[in-house]
Amino acid sequence: MRNSSDTIRRLKAGLRTTAIATLLATAASFAVAPLACAEDANAPANELWNSLKTDVFSNKPIQESAGLVSIEAPKRAQDAALVPVDIHIDPAKAPDGLKALTLIIDVNPSPVAATFKFGEKSGVTHLSTRVRVNDYSFVRAIAETPDGQLYMAETFVKASGGCSAPAVKNQDEAKATMGQMKLRQFAQQESTDGKAPELQLMIRHPNNSGLQRDPLTQYFIPPLFIHELSVKQGDREIFSMESGISISEDPNFRFDYKPAGNSPIHVEAVDTKGNKFQDQWPVQTAGL
Amino acid sequence: MAAGREMKLIEIADGVHAFSGAYELMSPANEGAICNLGLIVGNEAAAIIDSGGSIVEAQAFLAAIREITDRPIRYLVNTHMHPDHIFGNAVFRDAGAIIVGHHNLPRALEARSDFYLQSYREQLGDELMKGIEIIPPSMLVDERLELDLGGRKIMLRAWKPAHTDNDLTAYDTTTKTLFAGDLVFLGHLPTIDGSLLGWMRQMKELAAVEADRVVPGHGPASARWPDALQPQERYFEALAADLRKAIAAGIPLSEAVKTAGQDARDDWSLFDDFNGRNATAAYAELEWE
Repeated sequence: MRNSSDTIRRLKAGLRTTAIATLLATAASFAVAPLACAEDANAPANELWNSLKTDVFSNKPIQESAGLVSIEAPKRAQDAALVPVDIHIDPAKAPDGLKALTLIIDVNPSPVAATFKFGEKSGVTHLSTRVRVNDYSFVRAIAETPDGQLYMAETFVKASGGCSAPAVKNQDEAKATMGQMKLRQFAQQESTDGKAPELQLMIRHPNNSGLQRDPLTQYFIPPLFIHELSVKQGDREIFSMESGISISEDPNFRFDYKPAGNSPIHVEAVDTKGNKFQDQWPVQTAGL
Repeated sequence: MAAGREMKLIEIADGVHAFSGAYELMSPANEGAICNLGLIVGNEAAAIIDSGGSIVEAQAFLAAIREITDRPIRYLVNTHMHPDHIFGNAVFRDAGAIIVGHHNLPRALEARSDFYLQSYREQLGDELMKGIEIIPPSMLVDERLELDLGGRKIMLRAWKPAHTDNDLTAYDTTTKTLFAGDLVFLGHLPTIDGSLLGWMRQMKELAAVEADRVVPGHGPASARWPDALQPQERYFEALAADLRKAIAAGIPLSEAVKTAGQDARDDWSLFDDFNGRNATAAYAELEWE
Protein backbone atom coordinates (compact mmCIF):
# COMPACT_ATOMS: atom_id res chain seq x y z
CA MET A 1 0.00 0.00 0.00
CA ARG A 2 2.71 2.38 1.12
CA ASN A 3 4.83 1.60 -1.88
CA SER A 4 2.11 1.92 -4.43
CA SER A 5 0.94 5.24 -3.09
CA ASP A 6 4.50 6.53 -3.17
CA THR A 7 4.65 5.59 -6.80
CA ILE A 8 1.44 7.44 -7.39
CA ARG A 9 2.84 10.53 -5.71
CA ARG A 10 5.95 10.47 -7.85
CA LEU A 11 3.90 9.99 -10.95
CA LYS A 12 1.74 12.94 -10.03
CA ALA A 13 4.70 15.14 -9.21
CA GLY A 14 6.26 14.32 -12.55
CA LEU A 15 3.14 15.19 -14.44
CA ARG A 16 2.55 18.38 -12.59
CA THR A 17 5.53 20.23 -14.01
CA THR A 18 4.30 19.77 -17.54
CA ALA A 19 0.78 20.61 -16.58
CA ILE A 20 1.79 23.92 -15.08
CA ALA A 21 4.06 24.87 -17.89
CA THR A 22 1.16 24.97 -20.25
CA LEU A 23 -1.77 25.39 -17.88
CA LEU A 24 -3.25 22.59 -19.93
CA ALA A 25 -3.53 19.25 -18.29
CA THR A 26 -3.59 16.74 -21.06
CA ALA A 27 -6.39 14.29 -20.86
CA ALA A 28 -3.94 11.49 -20.34
CA SER A 29 -2.65 13.01 -17.12
CA PHE A 30 -6.15 12.83 -15.70
CA ALA A 31 -6.23 9.15 -16.41
CA VAL A 32 -2.89 8.22 -14.95
CA ALA A 33 -2.98 10.49 -11.93
CA PRO A 34 -5.22 8.50 -9.63
CA LEU A 35 -6.75 9.96 -6.53
CA ALA A 36 -4.76 9.69 -3.37
CA CYS A 37 -5.98 7.58 -0.50
CA ALA A 38 -7.94 9.40 2.13
CA GLU A 39 -5.68 8.32 4.99
CA ASP A 40 -2.47 9.70 3.58
CA ALA A 41 -3.93 12.99 2.38
CA ASN A 42 -2.45 15.05 5.18
CA ALA A 43 1.09 13.78 5.47
CA PRO A 44 2.41 14.43 1.96
CA ALA A 45 0.44 17.66 1.54
CA ASN A 46 3.39 19.89 2.37
CA GLU A 47 5.71 17.88 0.18
CA LEU A 48 3.26 18.32 -2.69
CA TRP A 49 3.02 22.04 -2.11
CA ASN A 50 6.78 22.47 -1.83
CA SER A 51 7.38 21.09 -5.31
CA LEU A 52 4.38 22.94 -6.68
CA LYS A 53 5.48 26.26 -5.18
CA THR A 54 8.81 26.12 -6.98
CA ASP A 55 7.12 25.23 -10.26
CA VAL A 56 4.71 28.14 -10.11
CA PHE A 57 6.53 30.90 -8.25
CA SER A 58 10.19 29.90 -8.69
CA ASN A 59 11.99 30.73 -5.48
CA LYS A 60 10.08 33.86 -4.65
CA PRO A 61 9.25 33.94 -0.93
CA ILE A 62 5.58 33.54 -0.06
CA GLN A 63 4.42 35.12 3.18
CA GLU A 64 1.56 34.10 5.40
CA SER A 65 -1.39 36.25 4.43
CA ALA A 66 -1.98 37.69 7.92
CA GLY A 67 -5.47 38.67 6.82
CA LEU A 68 -4.45 40.43 3.62
CA VAL A 69 -6.07 37.65 1.66
CA SER A 70 -8.45 35.00 3.00
CA ILE A 71 -10.09 31.98 1.42
CA GLU A 72 -13.20 30.01 2.29
CA ALA A 73 -14.52 26.73 0.91
CA PRO A 74 -16.70 24.00 2.42
CA LYS A 75 -14.68 21.60 4.61
CA ARG A 76 -16.38 18.70 2.90
CA ALA A 77 -17.35 19.29 -0.71
CA GLN A 78 -21.01 18.57 -1.39
CA ASP A 79 -20.31 18.08 -5.08
CA ALA A 80 -16.72 17.49 -6.19
CA ALA A 81 -17.55 19.02 -9.56
CA LEU A 82 -18.83 22.25 -8.01
CA VAL A 83 -16.97 23.47 -4.97
CA PRO A 84 -17.63 27.13 -4.16
CA VAL A 85 -14.52 29.12 -3.24
CA ASP A 86 -14.68 32.63 -1.76
CA ILE A 87 -11.65 34.88 -1.67
CA HIS A 88 -11.55 38.17 0.24
CA ILE A 89 -8.92 40.86 0.15
CA ASP A 90 -8.69 43.23 3.09
CA PRO A 91 -8.54 46.78 1.66
CA ALA A 92 -6.98 48.03 4.93
CA LYS A 93 -4.01 45.70 4.38
CA ALA A 94 -3.84 46.03 0.61
CA PRO A 95 -4.84 49.65 0.02
CA ASP A 96 -3.71 49.56 -3.61
CA GLY A 97 -5.52 46.33 -4.30
CA LEU A 98 -3.88 43.32 -5.90
CA LYS A 99 -1.86 42.89 -9.03
CA ALA A 100 -2.65 39.19 -9.32
CA LEU A 101 -4.25 36.28 -7.54
CA THR A 102 -3.43 32.61 -8.18
CA LEU A 103 -5.84 29.88 -7.17
CA ILE A 104 -4.22 26.49 -6.62
CA ILE A 105 -5.72 23.07 -5.86
CA ASP A 106 -2.77 20.93 -4.80
CA VAL A 107 -3.94 17.46 -5.84
CA ASN A 108 -5.66 18.27 -9.12
CA PRO A 109 -3.96 17.07 -12.30
CA SER A 110 -3.68 20.72 -13.32
CA PRO A 111 -3.21 22.35 -9.90
CA VAL A 112 -3.23 25.97 -11.07
CA ALA A 113 -6.96 26.50 -11.34
CA ALA A 114 -6.70 30.12 -12.38
CA THR A 115 -4.55 33.23 -12.33
CA PHE A 116 -6.46 36.50 -12.07
CA LYS A 117 -4.89 39.84 -12.93
CA PHE A 118 -6.61 42.97 -11.72
CA GLY A 119 -6.86 46.32 -13.45
CA GLU A 120 -5.50 49.33 -11.60
CA LYS A 121 -8.10 50.71 -9.20
CA SER A 122 -10.50 47.91 -10.14
CA GLY A 123 -11.55 47.88 -6.49
CA VAL A 124 -12.02 44.11 -6.34
CA THR A 125 -12.03 43.02 -2.70
CA HIS A 126 -14.04 39.86 -3.09
CA LEU A 127 -14.04 37.15 -5.74
CA SER A 128 -15.84 33.84 -5.69
CA THR A 129 -15.87 31.04 -8.21
CA ARG A 130 -16.52 27.28 -8.36
CA VAL A 131 -13.92 24.61 -8.89
CA ARG A 132 -13.50 20.88 -9.35
CA VAL A 133 -11.61 19.21 -6.53
CA ASN A 134 -10.41 15.68 -7.20
CA ASP A 135 -9.66 14.52 -3.68
CA TYR A 136 -8.72 15.73 -0.21
CA SER A 137 -6.76 18.84 -1.01
CA PHE A 138 -5.49 22.18 0.10
CA VAL A 139 -7.01 25.00 -1.91
CA ARG A 140 -4.77 28.07 -1.89
CA ALA A 141 -5.07 31.70 -2.82
CA ILE A 142 -1.76 33.46 -3.45
CA ALA A 143 -2.09 37.21 -3.70
CA GLU A 144 0.47 39.44 -5.34
CA THR A 145 0.41 43.06 -4.25
CA PRO A 146 1.50 45.83 -6.67
CA ASP A 147 4.95 45.90 -5.02
CA GLY A 148 5.48 42.26 -6.02
CA GLN A 149 5.06 40.66 -2.58
CA LEU A 150 3.28 37.31 -2.35
CA TYR A 151 0.82 36.43 0.42
CA MET A 152 -0.91 33.09 0.80
CA ALA A 153 -4.08 31.85 2.49
CA GLU A 154 -5.25 28.26 2.31
CA THR A 155 -8.11 25.99 3.30
CA PHE A 156 -8.53 22.22 3.26
CA VAL A 157 -11.34 20.59 1.28
CA LYS A 158 -12.39 16.96 1.52
CA ALA A 159 -13.80 15.93 -1.82
CA SER A 160 -13.90 12.23 -2.49
CA GLY A 161 -15.99 9.12 -2.55
CA GLY A 162 -19.49 8.58 -3.74
CA CYS A 163 -20.72 9.06 -7.24
CA SER A 164 -20.11 12.80 -7.37
CA ALA A 165 -17.56 12.52 -10.14
CA PRO A 166 -16.01 15.77 -11.31
CA ALA A 167 -17.67 15.31 -14.70
CA VAL A 168 -20.29 17.09 -16.78
CA LYS A 169 -23.78 16.00 -15.68
CA ASN A 170 -25.79 16.73 -18.79
CA GLN A 171 -23.48 16.54 -21.76
CA ASP A 172 -25.92 17.30 -24.59
CA GLU A 173 -27.22 20.40 -22.85
CA ALA A 174 -23.67 21.56 -22.18
CA LYS A 175 -22.81 21.32 -25.87
CA ALA A 176 -26.00 22.98 -27.04
CA THR A 177 -25.72 26.08 -24.84
CA MET A 178 -21.96 26.65 -25.03
CA GLY A 179 -20.97 30.31 -25.01
CA GLN A 180 -24.15 31.83 -23.56
CA MET A 181 -23.43 34.45 -20.92
CA LYS A 182 -25.41 36.09 -18.19
CA LEU A 183 -24.48 39.02 -15.96
CA ARG A 184 -26.27 39.72 -12.72
CA GLN A 185 -25.72 43.04 -11.03
CA PHE A 186 -26.21 43.52 -7.33
CA ALA A 187 -26.65 46.98 -5.92
CA GLN A 188 -24.38 48.46 -3.31
CA GLN A 189 -26.43 47.40 -0.30
CA GLU A 190 -26.51 43.83 -1.55
CA SER A 191 -22.76 43.45 -1.68
CA THR A 192 -21.03 41.53 1.06
CA ASP A 193 -19.02 44.39 2.51
CA GLY A 194 -21.53 47.11 1.68
CA LYS A 195 -18.97 49.22 -0.14
CA ALA A 196 -19.18 48.40 -3.80
CA PRO A 197 -21.63 46.90 -6.24
CA GLU A 198 -21.20 43.24 -7.11
CA LEU A 199 -21.34 41.46 -10.42
CA GLN A 200 -21.99 37.79 -11.11
CA LEU A 201 -20.72 36.59 -14.45
CA MET A 202 -21.99 33.25 -15.71
CA ILE A 203 -20.69 31.54 -18.86
CA ARG A 204 -22.18 28.40 -20.36
CA HIS A 205 -19.30 26.11 -21.18
CA PRO A 206 -18.72 22.40 -20.46
CA ASN A 207 -15.15 23.22 -19.38
CA ASN A 208 -14.60 19.68 -20.43
CA SER A 209 -11.93 17.79 -18.58
CA GLY A 210 -10.94 15.70 -21.57
CA LEU A 211 -11.68 12.54 -19.63
CA GLN A 212 -13.49 10.84 -22.44
CA ARG A 213 -12.02 8.45 -24.92
CA ASP A 214 -13.00 8.40 -28.54
CA PRO A 215 -14.90 5.10 -28.78
CA LEU A 216 -13.29 4.29 -32.13
CA THR A 217 -9.67 5.27 -31.61
CA GLN A 218 -9.54 4.87 -27.83
CA TYR A 219 -7.49 8.08 -27.74
CA PHE A 220 -8.57 10.71 -25.29
CA ILE A 221 -10.58 13.55 -26.73
CA PRO A 222 -8.61 16.75 -26.06
CA PRO A 223 -9.96 18.82 -23.20
CA LEU A 224 -12.02 21.88 -24.11
CA PHE A 225 -12.21 24.70 -21.61
CA ILE A 226 -12.13 28.45 -21.28
CA HIS A 227 -8.53 29.53 -20.78
CA GLU A 228 -8.74 33.29 -21.21
CA LEU A 229 -11.28 35.68 -19.83
CA SER A 230 -11.36 39.44 -19.71
CA VAL A 231 -13.88 41.59 -17.85
CA LYS A 232 -13.86 45.32 -18.52
CA GLN A 233 -15.94 48.38 -17.85
CA GLY A 234 -15.54 50.38 -21.02
CA ASP A 235 -11.79 50.30 -21.74
CA ARG A 236 -10.88 49.80 -18.12
CA GLU A 237 -9.96 46.31 -17.05
CA ILE A 238 -11.63 44.94 -13.95
CA PHE A 239 -9.82 41.63 -14.20
CA SER A 240 -8.51 39.11 -16.65
CA MET A 241 -8.03 35.43 -16.02
CA GLU A 242 -6.01 32.55 -17.39
CA SER A 243 -7.46 29.25 -16.30
CA GLY A 244 -7.37 25.49 -16.57
CA ILE A 245 -9.78 22.60 -16.29
CA SER A 246 -10.21 22.93 -12.54
CA ILE A 247 -12.77 25.69 -13.01
CA SER A 248 -16.22 24.05 -12.88
CA GLU A 249 -18.53 23.55 -15.81
CA ASP A 250 -20.40 26.79 -16.59
CA PRO A 251 -17.68 29.06 -15.16
CA ASN A 252 -19.14 31.43 -12.61
CA PHE A 253 -17.52 34.49 -11.01
CA ARG A 254 -18.96 36.83 -8.46
CA PHE A 255 -16.95 39.92 -7.50
CA ASP A 256 -17.25 43.49 -6.37
CA TYR A 257 -15.68 46.38 -8.27
CA LYS A 258 -15.40 50.12 -8.24
CA PRO A 259 -17.51 51.51 -11.08
CA ALA A 260 -16.13 54.39 -13.14
CA GLY A 261 -18.81 56.22 -15.07
CA ASN A 262 -21.58 54.54 -16.98
CA SER A 263 -19.68 52.55 -19.58
CA PRO A 264 -21.04 49.07 -20.17
CA ILE A 265 -19.49 45.89 -18.79
CA HIS A 266 -17.79 43.95 -21.55
CA VAL A 267 -16.76 40.31 -21.30
CA GLU A 268 -14.67 38.25 -23.66
CA ALA A 269 -13.81 34.59 -23.19
CA VAL A 270 -11.67 32.30 -25.34
CA ASP A 271 -11.61 28.53 -25.09
CA THR A 272 -8.84 26.09 -25.94
CA LYS A 273 -10.30 25.48 -29.41
CA GLY A 274 -10.05 29.20 -30.12
CA ASN A 275 -13.79 29.83 -29.87
CA LYS A 276 -14.32 33.41 -28.80
CA PHE A 277 -17.40 34.41 -26.83
CA GLN A 278 -18.30 37.98 -26.01
CA ASP A 279 -21.14 40.00 -24.61
CA GLN A 280 -21.82 43.33 -22.96
CA TRP A 281 -24.34 44.82 -20.58
CA PRO A 282 -25.18 48.37 -19.52
CA VAL A 283 -24.38 49.18 -15.92
CA GLN A 284 -27.53 49.13 -13.85
CA THR A 285 -27.68 52.00 -11.47
CA ALA A 286 -30.43 50.53 -9.36
CA GLY A 287 -28.87 47.09 -9.17
CA LEU A 288 -31.21 44.17 -8.53
CA MET B 1 -24.89 -9.64 3.06
CA ALA B 2 -21.68 -11.19 4.33
CA ALA B 3 -19.92 -13.71 2.11
CA GLY B 4 -21.98 -16.84 1.72
CA ARG B 5 -25.18 -15.21 2.93
CA GLU B 6 -28.06 -15.58 0.53
CA MET B 7 -29.75 -12.78 -1.34
CA LYS B 8 -33.48 -12.67 -0.81
CA LEU B 9 -35.47 -12.15 -3.99
CA ILE B 10 -39.18 -11.46 -3.51
CA GLU B 11 -41.67 -12.54 -6.17
CA ILE B 12 -43.67 -9.32 -6.55
CA ALA B 13 -45.76 -10.50 -9.52
CA ASP B 14 -45.99 -13.66 -11.60
CA GLY B 15 -42.46 -14.38 -12.86
CA VAL B 16 -41.15 -11.02 -11.60
CA HIS B 17 -38.70 -10.96 -8.67
CA ALA B 18 -36.97 -8.10 -6.91
CA PHE B 19 -34.31 -7.50 -4.27
CA SER B 20 -34.54 -4.46 -2.04
CA GLY B 21 -31.17 -2.85 -1.22
CA ALA B 22 -30.24 -1.23 2.08
CA TYR B 23 -30.86 2.51 2.59
CA GLU B 24 -27.16 3.04 3.13
CA LEU B 25 -24.04 4.27 1.37
CA MET B 26 -21.99 1.48 -0.24
CA SER B 27 -19.69 0.02 2.42
CA PRO B 28 -17.68 -3.11 3.24
CA ALA B 29 -20.49 -4.11 5.66
CA ASN B 30 -23.26 -4.07 3.04
CA GLU B 31 -20.95 -5.27 0.23
CA GLY B 32 -22.34 -2.61 -2.06
CA ALA B 33 -25.86 -4.07 -1.94
CA ILE B 34 -27.76 -0.80 -1.70
CA CYS B 35 -29.88 -0.62 -4.83
CA ASN B 36 -32.84 -2.69 -5.94
CA LEU B 37 -32.33 -5.47 -8.46
CA GLY B 38 -34.84 -7.31 -10.63
CA LEU B 39 -35.42 -10.58 -12.45
CA ILE B 40 -38.05 -11.25 -15.11
CA VAL B 41 -38.48 -14.82 -16.30
CA GLY B 42 -39.95 -15.61 -19.75
CA ASN B 43 -40.66 -18.95 -21.42
CA GLU B 44 -37.27 -19.09 -23.08
CA ALA B 45 -34.99 -16.73 -21.23
CA ALA B 46 -34.67 -14.32 -18.35
CA ALA B 47 -33.70 -10.66 -18.11
CA ILE B 48 -32.25 -8.96 -15.09
CA ILE B 49 -32.35 -5.32 -14.12
CA ASP B 50 -29.01 -4.01 -12.81
CA SER B 51 -26.13 -6.10 -11.53
CA GLY B 52 -25.36 -4.72 -8.05
CA GLY B 53 -22.52 -2.85 -6.40
CA SER B 54 -19.82 -5.54 -6.16
CA ILE B 55 -18.82 -8.89 -7.60
CA VAL B 56 -19.72 -10.50 -4.27
CA GLU B 57 -23.25 -9.08 -4.48
CA ALA B 58 -23.60 -10.04 -8.14
CA GLN B 59 -22.57 -13.62 -7.37
CA ALA B 60 -25.17 -13.83 -4.61
CA PHE B 61 -27.72 -12.41 -7.07
CA LEU B 62 -26.77 -15.02 -9.67
CA ALA B 63 -27.07 -17.81 -7.07
CA ALA B 64 -30.52 -16.53 -6.07
CA ILE B 65 -31.59 -16.43 -9.72
CA ARG B 66 -30.48 -20.03 -10.16
CA GLU B 67 -32.75 -21.04 -7.28
CA ILE B 68 -35.66 -19.64 -9.29
CA THR B 69 -34.88 -20.54 -12.90
CA ASP B 70 -32.30 -22.36 -15.00
CA ARG B 71 -33.23 -20.46 -18.16
CA PRO B 72 -30.41 -18.44 -19.71
CA ILE B 73 -30.01 -14.83 -18.59
CA ARG B 74 -30.26 -13.30 -22.02
CA TYR B 75 -30.19 -9.62 -21.04
CA LEU B 76 -28.75 -7.47 -18.30
CA VAL B 77 -30.48 -4.08 -18.36
CA ASN B 78 -28.37 -1.29 -16.79
CA THR B 79 -30.74 1.45 -15.67
CA HIS B 80 -27.92 4.07 -15.51
CA MET B 81 -24.23 4.68 -14.81
CA HIS B 82 -23.97 4.61 -11.01
CA PRO B 83 -21.62 2.05 -9.42
CA ASP B 84 -24.23 0.46 -7.13
CA HIS B 85 -26.12 -0.58 -10.28
CA ILE B 86 -23.26 -1.64 -12.58
CA PHE B 87 -20.28 -2.86 -10.55
CA GLY B 88 -21.56 -6.45 -10.83
CA ASN B 89 -21.73 -6.40 -14.66
CA ALA B 90 -18.74 -8.73 -15.16
CA VAL B 91 -20.54 -11.64 -13.46
CA PHE B 92 -23.44 -11.51 -15.91
CA ARG B 93 -21.29 -10.83 -18.96
CA ASP B 94 -19.44 -14.00 -18.01
CA ALA B 95 -22.80 -15.78 -17.66
CA GLY B 96 -23.53 -14.85 -21.28
CA ALA B 97 -25.91 -11.90 -20.86
CA ILE B 98 -26.09 -9.10 -23.41
CA ILE B 99 -25.70 -5.79 -21.57
CA VAL B 100 -28.32 -3.21 -22.58
CA GLY B 101 -28.22 0.49 -21.77
CA HIS B 102 -29.25 4.05 -22.64
CA HIS B 103 -27.51 5.45 -25.72
CA ASN B 104 -25.70 7.96 -23.46
CA LEU B 105 -24.44 5.30 -21.06
CA PRO B 106 -21.13 4.44 -22.82
CA ARG B 107 -20.16 8.12 -22.95
CA ALA B 108 -21.08 8.69 -19.29
CA LEU B 109 -19.05 5.67 -18.20
CA GLU B 110 -16.03 6.76 -20.23
CA ALA B 111 -16.05 10.10 -18.43
CA ARG B 112 -16.26 8.53 -14.98
CA SER B 113 -14.74 5.06 -15.01
CA ASP B 114 -11.33 6.07 -13.62
CA PHE B 115 -12.95 8.19 -10.93
CA TYR B 116 -15.39 5.44 -9.93
CA LEU B 117 -12.75 2.72 -9.75
CA GLN B 118 -10.50 4.89 -7.63
CA SER B 119 -12.96 6.57 -5.30
CA TYR B 120 -14.94 3.40 -4.58
CA ARG B 121 -11.74 1.57 -3.72
CA GLU B 122 -11.52 3.96 -0.77
CA GLN B 123 -15.15 3.39 0.12
CA LEU B 124 -15.44 -0.38 -0.37
CA GLY B 125 -11.87 -1.53 0.22
CA ASP B 126 -9.50 -3.57 -1.99
CA GLU B 127 -11.16 -6.89 -1.20
CA LEU B 128 -14.62 -5.92 -2.50
CA MET B 129 -13.19 -4.12 -5.52
CA LYS B 130 -11.67 -7.37 -6.77
CA GLY B 131 -12.86 -8.27 -10.25
CA ILE B 132 -14.89 -5.09 -10.75
CA GLU B 133 -14.77 -3.82 -14.32
CA ILE B 134 -16.66 -0.94 -15.86
CA ILE B 135 -18.36 -2.69 -18.77
CA PRO B 136 -20.37 -0.53 -21.16
CA PRO B 137 -23.53 -1.90 -22.79
CA SER B 138 -23.24 -3.55 -26.17
CA MET B 139 -26.91 -3.01 -27.03
CA LEU B 140 -28.08 0.61 -26.90
CA VAL B 141 -31.56 2.08 -26.58
CA ASP B 142 -32.18 5.25 -28.59
CA GLU B 143 -35.76 5.83 -27.51
CA ARG B 144 -37.54 2.52 -27.08
CA LEU B 145 -36.58 -1.08 -27.51
CA GLU B 146 -38.51 -4.31 -27.04
CA LEU B 147 -36.88 -7.39 -25.54
CA ASP B 148 -38.50 -10.78 -26.10
CA LEU B 149 -38.01 -13.43 -23.41
CA GLY B 150 -40.37 -15.93 -25.07
CA GLY B 151 -44.04 -15.18 -24.48
CA ARG B 152 -43.03 -12.13 -22.50
CA LYS B 153 -42.15 -8.71 -23.83
CA ILE B 154 -40.10 -6.14 -21.95
CA MET B 155 -40.36 -2.55 -23.13
CA LEU B 156 -37.24 -0.47 -22.55
CA ARG B 157 -37.42 3.28 -22.64
CA ALA B 158 -34.60 5.85 -22.67
CA TRP B 159 -35.43 9.08 -20.84
CA LYS B 160 -34.14 12.61 -21.19
CA PRO B 161 -31.69 13.86 -18.50
CA ALA B 162 -33.20 13.49 -15.03
CA HIS B 163 -31.48 11.45 -12.29
CA THR B 164 -28.56 11.16 -14.77
CA ASP B 165 -28.32 11.77 -18.52
CA ASN B 166 -28.58 8.02 -19.13
CA ASP B 167 -31.74 6.82 -17.34
CA LEU B 168 -33.46 3.73 -18.74
CA THR B 169 -36.67 2.04 -17.52
CA ALA B 170 -37.90 -1.51 -18.13
CA TYR B 171 -41.58 -2.40 -18.27
CA ASP B 172 -42.90 -5.94 -18.09
CA THR B 173 -46.02 -5.94 -20.27
CA THR B 174 -47.31 -9.24 -18.83
CA THR B 175 -47.68 -8.06 -15.23
CA LYS B 176 -47.58 -4.29 -15.80
CA THR B 177 -44.54 -3.94 -13.58
CA LEU B 178 -42.28 -0.94 -14.09
CA PHE B 179 -38.61 -1.14 -13.15
CA ALA B 180 -37.95 2.57 -12.82
CA GLY B 181 -34.26 2.50 -11.94
CA ASP B 182 -33.30 5.67 -10.07
CA LEU B 183 -36.03 7.71 -11.73
CA VAL B 184 -37.99 6.70 -8.63
CA PHE B 185 -36.75 6.84 -5.05
CA LEU B 186 -38.78 5.92 -1.98
CA GLY B 187 -37.46 6.21 1.56
CA HIS B 188 -33.89 6.85 0.37
CA LEU B 189 -33.45 10.52 -0.57
CA PRO B 190 -33.33 11.00 -4.36
CA THR B 191 -29.92 12.04 -5.69
CA ILE B 192 -29.56 14.45 -8.59
CA ASP B 193 -26.67 13.74 -10.95
CA GLY B 194 -28.33 14.87 -14.18
CA SER B 195 -30.96 17.60 -14.22
CA LEU B 196 -33.50 18.53 -11.55
CA LEU B 197 -35.57 20.47 -14.09
CA GLY B 198 -35.41 17.59 -16.56
CA TRP B 199 -36.56 15.20 -13.85
CA MET B 200 -39.44 17.46 -12.79
CA ARG B 201 -40.50 18.01 -16.40
CA GLN B 202 -40.71 14.25 -17.04
CA MET B 203 -42.69 13.39 -13.90
CA LYS B 204 -46.03 13.61 -15.74
CA GLU B 205 -44.83 11.42 -18.56
CA LEU B 206 -43.45 8.97 -16.06
CA ALA B 207 -46.73 8.93 -14.11
CA ALA B 208 -48.56 8.20 -17.38
CA VAL B 209 -46.85 4.81 -17.71
CA GLU B 210 -49.71 2.34 -17.29
CA ALA B 211 -48.16 0.22 -14.59
CA ASP B 212 -49.77 -1.46 -11.62
CA ARG B 213 -46.63 -1.41 -9.54
CA VAL B 214 -43.12 -0.05 -9.61
CA VAL B 215 -39.77 -1.35 -8.47
CA PRO B 216 -37.94 1.86 -7.50
CA GLY B 217 -34.16 2.08 -7.84
CA HIS B 218 -34.01 2.60 -4.08
CA GLY B 219 -36.90 1.79 -1.79
CA PRO B 220 -39.11 -1.25 -1.16
CA ALA B 221 -39.06 -4.16 -3.64
CA SER B 222 -42.46 -3.08 -4.92
CA ALA B 223 -44.72 -0.05 -4.52
CA ARG B 224 -48.04 1.19 -5.85
CA TRP B 225 -47.98 3.14 -9.06
CA PRO B 226 -48.13 6.09 -9.62
CA ASP B 227 -48.53 6.90 -5.90
CA ALA B 228 -44.85 6.07 -5.44
CA LEU B 229 -43.93 9.28 -7.25
CA GLN B 230 -45.53 11.63 -4.75
CA PRO B 231 -42.83 11.88 -2.06
CA GLN B 232 -40.04 12.70 -4.50
CA GLU B 233 -42.24 15.17 -6.35
CA ARG B 234 -42.87 17.01 -3.08
CA TYR B 235 -39.15 17.06 -2.32
CA PHE B 236 -38.17 18.36 -5.76
CA GLU B 237 -40.76 21.13 -5.62
CA ALA B 238 -39.69 22.23 -2.15
CA LEU B 239 -36.00 22.17 -3.06
CA ALA B 240 -36.56 24.10 -6.28
CA ALA B 241 -38.79 26.67 -4.54
CA ASP B 242 -36.19 27.31 -1.81
CA LEU B 243 -33.39 27.66 -4.34
CA ARG B 244 -35.33 29.93 -6.68
CA LYS B 245 -36.08 32.22 -3.77
CA ALA B 246 -32.41 32.30 -2.76
CA ILE B 247 -31.21 32.94 -6.30
CA ALA B 248 -33.69 35.79 -6.75
CA ALA B 249 -32.47 37.36 -3.50
CA GLY B 250 -28.82 37.13 -4.59
CA ILE B 251 -27.86 34.63 -1.89
CA PRO B 252 -24.70 32.83 -3.08
CA LEU B 253 -24.53 29.09 -3.66
CA SER B 254 -22.39 28.41 -0.58
CA GLU B 255 -25.06 29.97 1.68
CA ALA B 256 -28.19 28.81 -0.14
CA VAL B 257 -27.32 25.13 0.02
CA LYS B 258 -27.22 25.19 3.82
CA THR B 259 -30.98 25.69 4.14
CA ALA B 260 -32.57 24.63 0.82
CA GLY B 261 -34.84 21.60 1.07
CA GLN B 262 -34.29 21.24 4.83
CA ASP B 263 -38.04 21.09 5.58
CA ALA B 264 -38.09 17.61 4.00
CA ARG B 265 -35.33 16.34 6.31
CA ASP B 266 -37.54 14.06 8.45
CA ASP B 267 -39.21 12.43 5.43
CA TRP B 268 -36.12 10.64 4.10
CA SER B 269 -33.24 8.34 4.92
CA LEU B 270 -29.74 9.60 4.05
CA PHE B 271 -30.99 13.19 3.88
CA ASP B 272 -27.79 14.68 5.31
CA ASP B 273 -25.67 12.59 2.98
CA PHE B 274 -27.26 13.86 -0.20
CA ASN B 275 -29.37 16.99 0.25
CA GLY B 276 -26.41 19.37 0.20
CA ARG B 277 -25.13 17.88 -3.03
CA ASN B 278 -28.57 17.95 -4.60
CA ALA B 279 -28.96 21.58 -3.62
CA THR B 280 -25.53 22.45 -5.04
CA ALA B 281 -26.22 20.84 -8.41
CA ALA B 282 -29.75 22.25 -8.55
CA TYR B 283 -28.63 25.80 -7.67
CA ALA B 284 -26.16 25.77 -10.56
CA GLU B 285 -28.92 24.59 -12.87
CA LEU B 286 -31.68 26.90 -11.64
CA GLU B 287 -29.64 30.10 -11.77
CA TRP B 288 -29.77 29.84 -15.57
CA GLU B 289 -33.59 29.96 -15.65
